[in-house]
This record gives sequence, C-alpha cells and structure tokens, in this order.
Amino acid sequence: MNGQNYNARRRSTFLAITKPAVLPAVGIILAGCGRAHSALSPVSPEAADIARIWWIFFVVCAAVYIVVALLVVGARWCRGNSNSTAGIPPPLKVEASQELRTERIVLWATVVTALILVSLLGADLWVQRGISPRNDDPLAIRLTGHQWWWSAEYQDPNPSRVFETANEIHIPAGRSIRLILESNDVIHSFWIPQIHGKKDLIPGHPAEISFRVDKPGKYDGFCAEFCGYQHAHMGLIVVAEEPAKFEQWAQAQRTEAPPSLTDSQKRGREIFEHASCSLCHTANGTMARSRVGPILTHVASRSMIGAGVLPNTRENLAAWLVDPQIAKPGAMMPPNELSKADLNALLDFMETLK
Amino acid sequence: MNIARIFWLVTFAALLVSCRREVRDFHTGGPPKVRQLKGEPAAPDRYFSAQGPQMEMERNAYALSEGKRLYSNFNCIGCHSNGGGDIGPALMDARWIYGATPEDIYKSILDGRPNGMPAFRGRINETQARQLTAYVRSMSGQARESAAPSRDDHMKTTAPENSVDRQMPKPDERPKL
Amino acid sequence: MTTHENSAKARLVDAPTPEQREEHRKKLMRTWSRAPGLLGWLCTTNHKEIALRYIVTAFVFFLLAGILALLMRLQLSRPDLHVLGPDLYNQVFTTHGTAMMFLFAVPIMEGLALYFVPLMIGSRNVAFPRLNAAGYYIFLSGGLILFAGLILNVGPDAGWFAYPPLSGPEYGVGKRVDVWSQMITATEISALIASVEIVVTVFKQRAPGMSVDRIPIFVWSMLITAFMTIFAMPAVMLVTTMLALDRMPHVATHFFNPAEGGDVLLYQHLFWFFGHPEVYIIFIPGTGLISALLPAFCRRPVVGHTAVVLAQVATAFIGFGLWVHHMFATPIPELGRSFFTAASMIIAVPTGVQVFCWLATIWTGRPQWRPPLLFVMGFFIIFVLGGLTGVMLASVPIDLQVHDTFFVVAHFHYVLIGSAVFPLFGALHYWFPKWTGRLMNETIGRWTFWLFFIGFNLTFFPMHILGLEGMPRRVYTYAERTGWGSLNLVASLGALFMAAGALAFIYNVMRSRRCGEKAGDDPWFADTLEWWTSSPPAPYAFLYPPVVGSLSPLWTDQNSQPVVVGLDAKKREILTTTILEALPDHKHEMPSDSIWPLLLGLVVGGTMSSIIFHPLPFVIGVGLVLLVLFGWFWRGGEPQVLERRSPEIEAEAA
Repeated sequence: MNGQNYNARRRSTFLAITKPAVLPAVGIILAGCGRAHSALSPVSPEAADIARIWWIFFVVCAAVYIVVALLVVGARWCRGNSNSTAGIPPPLKVEASQELRTERIVLWATVVTALILVSLLGADLWVQRGISPRNDDPLAIRLTGHQWWWSAEYQDPNPSRVFETANEIHIPAGRSIRLILESNDVIHSFWIPQIHGKKDLIPGHPAEISFRVDKPGKYDGFCAEFCGYQHAHMGLIVVAEEPAKFEQWAQAQRTEAPPSLTDSQKRGREIFEHASCSLCHTANGTMARSRVGPILTHVASRSMIGAGVLPNTRENLAAWLVDPQIAKPGAMMPPNELSKADLNALLDFMETLK
Repeated sequence: MNIARIFWLVTFAALLVSCRREVRDFHTGGPPKVRQLKGEPAAPDRYFSAQGPQMEMERNAYALSEGKRLYSNFNCIGCHSNGGGDIGPALMDARWIYGATPEDIYKSILDGRPNGMPAFRGRINETQARQLTAYVRSMSGQARESAAPSRDDHMKTTAPENSVDRQMPKPDERPKL
Repeated sequence: MTTHENSAKARLVDAPTPEQREEHRKKLMRTWSRAPGLLGWLCTTNHKEIALRYIVTAFVFFLLAGILALLMRLQLSRPDLHVLGPDLYNQVFTTHGTAMMFLFAVPIMEGLALYFVPLMIGSRNVAFPRLNAAGYYIFLSGGLILFAGLILNVGPDAGWFAYPPLSGPEYGVGKRVDVWSQMITATEISALIASVEIVVTVFKQRAPGMSVDRIPIFVWSMLITAFMTIFAMPAVMLVTTMLALDRMPHVATHFFNPAEGGDVLLYQHLFWFFGHPEVYIIFIPGTGLISALLPAFCRRPVVGHTAVVLAQVATAFIGFGLWVHHMFATPIPELGRSFFTAASMIIAVPTGVQVFCWLATIWTGRPQWRPPLLFVMGFFIIFVLGGLTGVMLASVPIDLQVHDTFFVVAHFHYVLIGSAVFPLFGALHYWFPKWTGRLMNETIGRWTFWLFFIGFNLTFFPMHILGLEGMPRRVYTYAERTGWGSLNLVASLGALFMAAGALAFIYNVMRSRRCGEKAGDDPWFADTLEWWTSSPPAPYAFLYPPVVGSLSPLWTDQNSQPVVVGLDAKKREILTTTILEALPDHKHEMPSDSIWPLLLGLVVGGTMSSIIFHPLPFVIGVGLVLLVLFGWFWRGGEPQVLERRSPEIEAEAA
C-alpha cells in the first residue's frame, strides 16, 4: 500500500532537493495516487525507476507550463483594454529594430526549449538503460492472455514440477521473475502499475518482461489493450510473498484435488464431472480435463472469481455459476440451470478445491 | 412530408434486417423466447418454424460465431474435422445420414446418434445446442451469408462458412432404425 | 521582391468607370451564379457553397459524436453502472473516436481551407471545382455509412484504430468492422481530393504579386496539411482495405493472420504511419487559424512569419518519423525505441517556436479581448499542457506506464481539443460575419468560451490522475473498490458544462444569423484578402481580382490597390500564376456546374456500402464509376482553352 517509503529509499539527490519543494503544490492534485494500483506507488526497482523519471519530467514540465501560463494570463492583465466596444484600433506600425529584439527573445526561448528537451532525453535514455532484463536466475512463468482471463504456467526444469493457475499469480518477493507473454486470441496487454510498465501480448509475437518485487503484498493488474466486450473485467492479481510462503503455495498448487468426503461433496464432484463444467474446465484429480476455460484445481484458494469481477465468496460463486452473464456480460461461460440442492452440492465440492 | 415518411420506413426496414444479424444476446440461459402469434400457445416445434428462434440464429452473426467457437471448444473437430469429416461424417456436404433440418441436427447434438455420436443433453444448454445447430448448417451454406462466420486465424484448408456454395441436402438417406 | 511592375507581361490601363464596373458585375453574376432551385443546388461547383457544406456537415457530426461522448460519460459516472452495457459502449466509443477524427476534425479544417484559401490568395474558385464537389459527396456518404451503422446496431466496435485480430474476421463478428473500414476509405478519398485541390490552388492560382514570402500563414498551414494528407492517407486506405479484404466473403486474404504468415503488427505500423501524422493534420490547421486570428486581434502581423512557416514545415517532416511511439509496448528493438523517443521530443521544438512567436505577437501587439481572442487564450492554456504531457509520453518508461490509460485519453483531448477545437470556435466567431454579414453576439460568445473552457478542464484534467492510478482506457465500467468513482463523477459533470457551451454556441449562431448586429464587409479591419470581398461574398468573389504587394495587403496603402482586369466576364475565367513568384502565367477557364460530381459521390458511396456484404458490387461499382467519368468528361464538360496570354493589370484609384 505505501510504496512511497520504498520510493524514498531510492530517491536520487536531484529529487531530494526538488521534490519537497514541489510536493505541496502537486500534493493536492495527486492526493489520490497512493492506492494499490497507482503507477506512482512502486514496489519493484523497475516501477521505482519509472516513477523517478516521471517525477523528473513532471517537475520540468510543470515549471515550463507555469511560465507559459503566466505569460498568457499576464498578457490578459498587462495588455488588456477593458473597453472592447471602443472599436478596433488601426494596425500598429512594426519597427524593424523592435521586431529584431522580439525575435531574438523567441530565439533564446527556443534554444532553452531545445536544451531542456535534450536533457530530458538524456535522463530518459539513462533510466531506460537501467531497466534491463533480469538474468539472475529468474522464476519463469508463461502468462497467456485469453478473452477475458489469464492463465499462468510456472516453468520448471523438472516437468513434473510444472503447474498451472489462472488470474492470480503468486511470486516470491526479492527474486527475479521472467514472464513469457503469449496470447491465445486477440491482443492483450500485461500491466501491473506498481510493478512495471506495459507489455503487449500479441498473437504470433511472443514477448517477455522481467521484474523483481521487493515488498510482499497484493497488487492489482489490468489488461491494458482493448480486447472486446469484457476488456474492463480482465483483472490479474499478483501476490508477492516471502519465498518460504511462496514455496508452500507452489507445492500446494502442484497437488491434485482432494478426495470428496461428504455426500454433498461427492454429488458436487459428480455434477462437476458430468454436467457442463468439465466441457471447458480442468481440475486435476477429477475427470474434468478440458483446456477451454481457467484451470480450477485450486480455485478456492483464489481471492476473486471471473478475472477480478467478484470477490470469491460462496454467495458470489453461486451467483456466478447460475448466470455469469449478469456480472460479466459477453463472457464465454454460459448460464447453468441447477437445482438448489445441486448448486449447494457443487459449491460444497468447489470449496474443497483449495 | 412524403419523403420523410419514406426515409423513416426505409430506416426502419433496414433496422429490422440488421438488428437480426448484429444483435448480441449474452443472456443465453433458458430456452430461447418464441415469437408468439396471436392467440396461439407457444409450442416447441415453433422453435424451428421459419420465424422461430432457430432461424433467427441462422441469421445472427453472433450466434453463428458462438456456434463456431463451441464447435471447436467441445471438440466436434475431433471427429468431424473442420466439416470435411474424419471418423465422423462430413458436415459441409449435401449428404445427411440423420436428416438435414435444424430439428434433426439439434436432436443429433442433444440426444446423440448410433455409431459414436455422443449425447450432449445435460452438458450443454439449449441455446448452445441451437447455436451449434445453426453453425453446423452454415458449414454447408444453409445460413445467411452475410451473417455466417468468415475465415478464422488458423491454418485451414476449407473455405470460410460465408464463402461456401450452398449445398442442397439430398433426399432423405436416413437408415432404417 | 516581385510586384506587378517587374512582371514583363503586365501593362497599365485606365481604371474602369462606375458604369463599366456595374456592367462587369452583372456579367460576372450571370456567369458565376448557379442555376436556381434544387437541381442548381445539387450541381453547384462554387467552392464557397461546397466548403460551407463541409463545415456544416462536419459540425453536425461533431455534435452527434459529442452526444455519444455524453453517453460514455454517463456510463462511467458511477462505478458498476449498466446504462449502456459493454456491447453498446464499445460501439459508442468507437463511433465517437472515428467520427471526431475522420468526420469532424479533418473535414472541418478542409472546409475552412476550401472556403478561405481561394479568397485569401485572391482567386475565384478552387483548382478543380467539380472534383471538389465530388469530394464533398463522398465525404458525406462516408459519414452516413458510419452513423447509419450505429443506428442500425452495426456500429463499429473495435476502437478507432481497430487492431486485428480483434477487428479481424474471427473476432470482429458481423459487419461492424466492415462499416468502419469502408467508411474510412470513403472519407480518405475525399480528404485526398481536398488536399489535391488545395495544393494546386495555392501553387497556381495566387494573385499576381503574392510571391512565396507573401503567402498568409493560414494558407501555408493548409498547404502543408494537404501535403501531409497526400503522404499519410494512402497508408490508412491501404490498411483498411487490407482489413476489409481479410474479412470479405469469397476473398478472405491472410494479411493479418499469423497462422498463415500474416502479421498483426504490420497493421499497427501501417495504421500509425498514417495515425501519427493525422494528429498534425489536425494540429497544423489549428496553428493556421491561430495565425489568422492573432494579427486581426493583436493589430499587428505575427512575429517571425518565416519562423512560424518553417516551424510548420519542420513539424510536417518530423511528424512522419515518430509513429512508433504509439507502439512502445510491442516488441520493438531498444535502439529503435530510442530513435522514436528522440524524434517525439524534437518535434516539441518547432511547436515551441510557434508558441513563442504567438506569445510575442500578443505581448508586442494591442490585443482586443473579443471572443475569438479568448479562444486563442484557451488554446494556449490547454494545448501547452497537452504538449507537455506529450513530451512525457515520448519517454519510453513513462509511456509504458500511462499508455492506453486515461492519462493518454486526457493527453490527446488536451492536444486535439486545445489545438483544433478552441482555435476553430475562435475562427467560427471570427469568420461568421464573412458568411452571414452579421456579427455573433459577444456576451453569448464569452459564455460559450467560459462554459467550454471550464467544462473541458473539469472533464479531462481528472483523467490524468485516473490514468496514473491505473484506469485503463476503453473500459465500459469499473469496480467500486478501485476508488476511481469520484474523479469520474467530476469528469462527467464537466462534460455537461461542455455540452452547455456547445448549446450556447448553437443558440448564438441561430440567433445571430437572423438578427445579429450588421457587420459590414470587414468588421475586424483584418489584414488578409478574404475581407476585401463583400460579406457574404458573391459567387465570383472579386469584382476585379487583386494584385498583392505585401504580406498584409489590406493594411498597406489601399488608395492605389492594383487589380487584374482583362479576364473575360462571360466565361468562368481565372488567372493562373507561376509557383514561386506568382507572375501572371495564363488564363484558365473553369468548368461549368454539373450533376456528375453528385452521381460520382452516389456511386462511390453505394459501392463502399455494398462491398461490406459481397465483393461483386466492387466490379459493378468500377464500371459505374467509369460510366460517370465518361459523362463527366463528355464534350461540353469543358475546361476548354488554356490561353497563354497575360491579362492586363491596372492601377485603380479606389
């Protein structure tokens, strides 16, 4: 939540001087920029670098803007004639010497502009160089965009340790992450504002992005390239955890669905395997093996349903199962006609998919 | 104003025609609404009448494209290939073992047929079955061309559904059951 | 440098007597007027009528697209609203963007150019009057295709740049994207036509003496824009046609199908090779309007005339070298991105030159704070902010954060509304008396400005913050927990203020058209030649076309304004001049009015809208176009003799 501290640690001397002076003025404007998905609350070195270059640009551009705005408003006050009905005066006689002096001022202003731009360009290239791909034993995750959800496959040299999840990825804090980005249908764009800038997922053009999150926490992400009806509801959650906790989570993800114990759970599993669910979904350890929709082996361990549409509660899940088109019109999942008892049984079963 | 009246009439007519093709009906839970004639109770066989919802789907681009998506998602391709047939019969030609009418195809999907076609009743809902039916018919050019799917983004050897010649189904070759 | 004196072919004759003038006027009136009635209205090739149609039509599209914007703001005003729903919302925002770019911003500037370029350079019509009329009808048919599509639920829904595969045959279901691609092709044909008109008109029809260094900045800006259009628009016509071919039944090409060797990034490169210059195609006419308004209201010529013109030329050149900054999030090599970063920043220099020159004009002038100048002030306050956020977007790291968010939405509205719409409103107030002979009400004008200005900032400033807070663009709704609700509500309220401003403007136009204060021919005592005609101008524009001796012809001594005589008043004759020095070259007869341009427009529009469904109408359409052109060029359709003969130039005592 409070990435400002993180930023403060990495703050350059330049900003140490300028930021306190500017902050009161812009603090009011940017008061909102502290939330869990603000680009200015960085939690990774990459986002912090970007935030730093943002603040440099912001300060310089704000200064330029204030000067220009003062010149414009000043013209109204200093060169105003209050009596507009007095008729239009004849054109001024332009004197060559006066004109030359004016043009010289314009020339100098242009030179200053060019110098400012060149230094901004230098600062930009310098920071851009700093954001280089990470090669220090990164954890590789293959992230695939679908209309309108994400699937993530955790790579491992040992094939039996590869596992898959959807819409919510956990990562170890402090370790480099390398995402291999692919799209299954249209163009999507990966964006977790607090972690890194965007990278497009383009069919036929695999791309990569790498970063490291130092601060454990839960960070919201979005699809940033318009991808159809539910572009608005294509959320991705990144959970950064202490490495030990992450390892624990990963181990759990590799397991299969637990056996169903109660009658209700058994009935739920039957519905899951023999009604509509298994036509599209997979849950390891059950007969459901279809690769169309998100993998559900550990769906109960996720915090949201439907790629960030609803919090994962029993009531919401019930509503989602009965008619996903209410919360996410246009989504690929059809409504399901289930009796109350069957719905409860299915929910009982799905709650075991931890 | 006569011209104004004609203008509105033309607009309205165009509206009806294109509405049918372009509407996206996301709420596809229960059975499709049947357009009820005056004083006549809605009967299931009206689904397949000339103005019934099934025919509407064959004129609706979204329903046909959904049918195409389901065709691949539910692995119809596994047996019928892209319509040319493999271990299952071809769907893009004029020959229909169990009948070519929408009603026949709908039944084939939901209730299955002997020699390998599984029944999907209870696994897919009625609307999905209808969308699939409409799409299957579009493979042999039975759906409206302006609504049928165009080529998709895959390697494919068959012509897109909106570019195939219309196959007139041959007289019933239904095997005696 | 060059005046009529050193034109070897010119000679001095006696000034015509008042009787001769009156007779001349009657003859000209007979020659240049169009036939009465509906048919005459449809056949006209008078550039002033055609241009006004462009302006009015484009303004209507602006209002329609504005209503769509209000719908969008309604949908986004609170979290989790379902007023429109995703399907309709996608159609609405796509149509809004497409209409604003292709049916409003570009055509209305073309309209102003087609109206004022010939008047400012002292000519009687544009170079190819019939083509000009055909261009308007093609533009109109393109606009009708788009809005008919939206009304019929076939509104395009893949965004105004329609990236495949989303817009491709598999994911762009139905005919919606086809409506978009055909409509783009049609309007770009019309944009190319208008550009060719303007280039040839400026090159060959300038008044004698209007050498290159005496061309008004407005005319320069339109000339530069026309050149940019000629180089940029073919790219988008190509790419929309490729998209249409990919989607077309029985054709189904694979340009953008990765599985068959196509490439979806190819689309983006081709589109933005047009799309970025497009921004400058909208911006440079805006700078032309500013440069036309400032002299009139600051009572002095623009400081650094040459610098401003060269800056515009530089902008046009650099504008073609930075399209990739729309694609920084795609796989682009590091060095390539740095190049485009540098180019995107460099372009701020020529823009800076212009802004400084204008500021210097205001400070060294005697500003008259009438509504048009207020809009110029609005331009500075808004556009400069948009330009500075543009500098931020040039930086790859910053762009990667704010790309495709509401920050970018805010940025390009600041740039486009700041640089095009504010100067445009100023220009409409300024030139209204030219069209109607009456002034617009100043009090309502001030209300228009302040409502629009405050509304604009309320609407779009919060979007910067929303973007930084992570709100992606083109979302039809957002969840309550994101915390974007309050800023979105502010933005939606601001949109109401803008709408009120637009309404005030319309009311002002309606009211002033009938009972506004009588303006006389030159209410502003401005410096350019369009004010040397009557208001509204006669079909022949100038009784005797002027001869120009300075940059501000109406501010120099008018007691001996030389004019051109010797043009035949019984024919639609104009004088063409040489490109650089504007020496009289030859007399050229303009074609008569004709129904063929309308028929061409109908055929092109009909073809464009029917190849949405089937490729066959294309073949039929080509045949029909050939038929129409056959009729068009049938004898009697004359441009006839090109007389290489110098008309007399005369020194007339006014």
